[in-house]
Amino acid sequence: MLGLKNLRLLLSAGLATFGSAAFASSYNMPVGVTPLSASMHSLHMTMFWVCVGIGIVVFGVMTYAIIKHRKSKGHVAANFHENTHVEIIWTVIPFIILIAMAIPATKTLIEMDNTEAADVTIKVTGYRWYWHYDYLDEELNFFSHPTTTQEEIRNLVAKREHYNLSVDQHLVLPINKKIRFAFTSNDVIHSWWVHELGVKKDTVPGFITESWAIITKPGIYRGQCAELCGAGHAYMPIVVEAKTQEDYDAWLSEMKAQKNPS
Amino acid sequence: MNDGQNSHAEGAHPSRTGILRWITTTNHKDIGTMYLVFSFIMLFVGGAFAMVIRAELFQPGMQIVQAETFNMLTTMHGLIMIFGFIMPVFVGLANWMIPLMIGAPDMALPRINNWSFWLLPVAGTILLSTMFMQGGGPNFGWTFYAPLSTTFAPQSTDYFIFAVHLLGISSIMGAINVIVTIFNMRAPQMRLIDMPIFVWTWLITAFLIIAVMPVLAGTVTMMLTDRNFGTSFFNAAGGGDPVLFQHLFWFFGHPEVYIVILPAFGIVSEVIPTFARKKLFGRTSMIYALASIAFLSFIVWAHHMFMTGLPLAASMFFMYATMLIAVPTGVKVFNWVATVFKGSLTFEAPMLFSLAFVVLFTIGGFTGLMLALIPADVQYHDTYFVVGHFHYVLVPGSLFAVFAAMYYWLPKWTGHMYNETLAKFHFWISAVAVNLTFFPMHFLGLAGMPRRIPDYALQFTDFNQIISVGAFVFGAAQLIFLYIVIQAMRGKGPKATDRVWEGSHGLEWTVPSPAPYHTFGEPPAHVERH
Repeated sequence: MLGLKNLRLLLSAGLATFGSAAFASSYNMPVGVTPLSASMHSLHMTMFWVCVGIGIVVFGVMTYAIIKHRKSKGHVAANFHENTHVEIIWTVIPFIILIAMAIPATKTLIEMDNTEAADVTIKVTGYRWYWHYDYLDEELNFFSHPTTTQEEIRNLVAKREHYNLSVDQHLVLPINKKIRFAFTSNDVIHSWWVHELGVKKDTVPGFITESWAIITKPGIYRGQCAELCGAGHAYMPIVVEAKTQEDYDAWLSEMKAQKNPS
Repeated sequence: MNDGQNSHAEGAHPSRTGILRWITTTNHKDIGTMYLVFSFIMLFVGGAFAMVIRAELFQPGMQIVQAETFNMLTTMHGLIMIFGFIMPVFVGLANWMIPLMIGAPDMALPRINNWSFWLLPVAGTILLSTMFMQGGGPNFGWTFYAPLSTTFAPQSTDYFIFAVHLLGISSIMGAINVIVTIFNMRAPQMRLIDMPIFVWTWLITAFLIIAVMPVLAGTVTMMLTDRNFGTSFFNAAGGGDPVLFQHLFWFFGHPEVYIVILPAFGIVSEVIPTFARKKLFGRTSMIYALASIAFLSFIVWAHHMFMTGLPLAASMFFMYATMLIAVPTGVKVFNWVATVFKGSLTFEAPMLFSLAFVVLFTIGGFTGLMLALIPADVQYHDTYFVVGHFHYVLVPGSLFAVFAAMYYWLPKWTGHMYNETLAKFHFWISAVAVNLTFFPMHFLGLAGMPRRIPDYALQFTDFNQIISVGAFVFGAAQLIFLYIVIQAMRGKGPKATDRVWEGSHGLEWTVPSPAPYHTFGEPPAHVERH
């Protein structure tokens, strides 16, 4: 298992960090399928490159000194130990960089906070260790249980493709609609996280927290509980299925028909 | 450590021998040694837990332990490393070095010193014994969020609470001792500004400890009453708030982060000038930067809670305050680099660990800066990205600084040089393995792996295997360290001179090596002015 395959992976990860976005999902933050997840990704990449830049300068100077200013090469220590100008400059420059970063971060933060004018509202309740979804605008609610089996977990049978990331009932959502999530919990604190949607929020028992998303692409998006909640914490996946409005409507009526067979 | 080898030196022997010497001692060197021995035992215990964790995570699926055991191991790993290793090891270094560095005969409160130490093995034993109790030990993470740690926790949690109380009392007494010693027992000519930077970092750390350990004690007491006496501080059903727990915990927890890194800054600020043969650059700005970091550490706690649904205004405040910490931290890093620049460098083990500290701690600082941006933090929070971040500041950060300190002062303590070749070997294996272990964690987190899970989706397998191999190598490399230290303690290796290092500076190098049982019975005649 180890050997070459991993070496190749590490190398490609290292290289790709500085290049293509092709394999982005295996080692970098995904751009995702919502406007917010895209802003999060762009902030992440900007800050990453700022850090790379600072790192190159600081570690560059240090490496230069380590190579050139050795005693073994006969270098004699200089005598300086302060310089007010330099010290002011390297206090002010980071400050300016921080302000430059704080502006776009604040913009996205304010956007994230605005859960008003939603088209669809879903109440999400965390249980140990599964989720409950309540479509507040429809008469529809259901539990979503993990489908990974004990046999798979105990390595008694081969693990299926979406090991640990599959559930019996997907949370189906329409695309291009503002979806408001209202989170709460039945027992301990959980955290509802779907990477590609750029949504992560703690579900706190007795309180409601909120978040929102506008999904731009149909597809299946998988996530996991992100707050330690006990023995089953690792086995509390989330699956969101985004559909076009027609497909979503069809799904809704099918679900309702199932629930109230005439 | 040097018992009996130095009978002709000034001062005398311990007044008792055998086990009673260690139980009753009020000597700062004895107590410092006991702190160091205790904390390194804890390092290996906590490290063993990490090895089991990494073995379980080598493959998806459950192989070695049960999920509950895994959670218990991650919890214990965190608690033991923070409260059992890093905090005591710094207190041990403070005990040994602060009196020697300020020209004092001992710590100001020697009996309290003895008691602060002897509480630790008691607390450590209670904490570790919970693992063998019915229902298992604490399994709610070292951050023990309510209600997982109250309503849903195992019975043994009450013992955990008691252990935290004892550890807190020990830390507070240790901190009071440091402050009183520094303010009252400095050599007469030594002004505060003349104190070595290690002493400065400890002075500031001690104030942080006194300010926040009582908050932790209060928090666990609230847990205790919630669990046993029907209160509802953290229970919404009774009118309380689980998020209140997090506010209280992190009001302790964030200054705690600096409690476990500031003394490391101090060590590196002592070591780098010695091996660069050049004065520390920007000494005064270093002290101001320390004070600013300590101040800011009190007003950033909620950056650990960005996903709990904080109001917008609070989110903004905590984001800006957190970003601001980068400024004084940057000043410190720039100052270290400027100290190295145009020095006359040699690369003995303490210097290697210190230089690695500067680079790798800074990488941890960079990811800290990324984590400060709330929108990006939505994707980082509670993932392996965070695990990578804080291990970079704690392992090649605090731990590497501790290694630097051990190699730097070991000749002064034992009177013998350690084996430099082996120490370099220890450094290079550790430096490679630490990156192999913790760097891929960032990739895993960004790709979506949550922290604190014993089992994961298949796409995370490759990086987890690399991490586990790195962790095993890193763990094994520490046995080399153990061997090197034991050899030096046994008196193997060449005799150390009093100055030990060519570029050494400060009062601790004016006493003989090994340092006699009692030093500075008379205050030093000459003190370096700054």
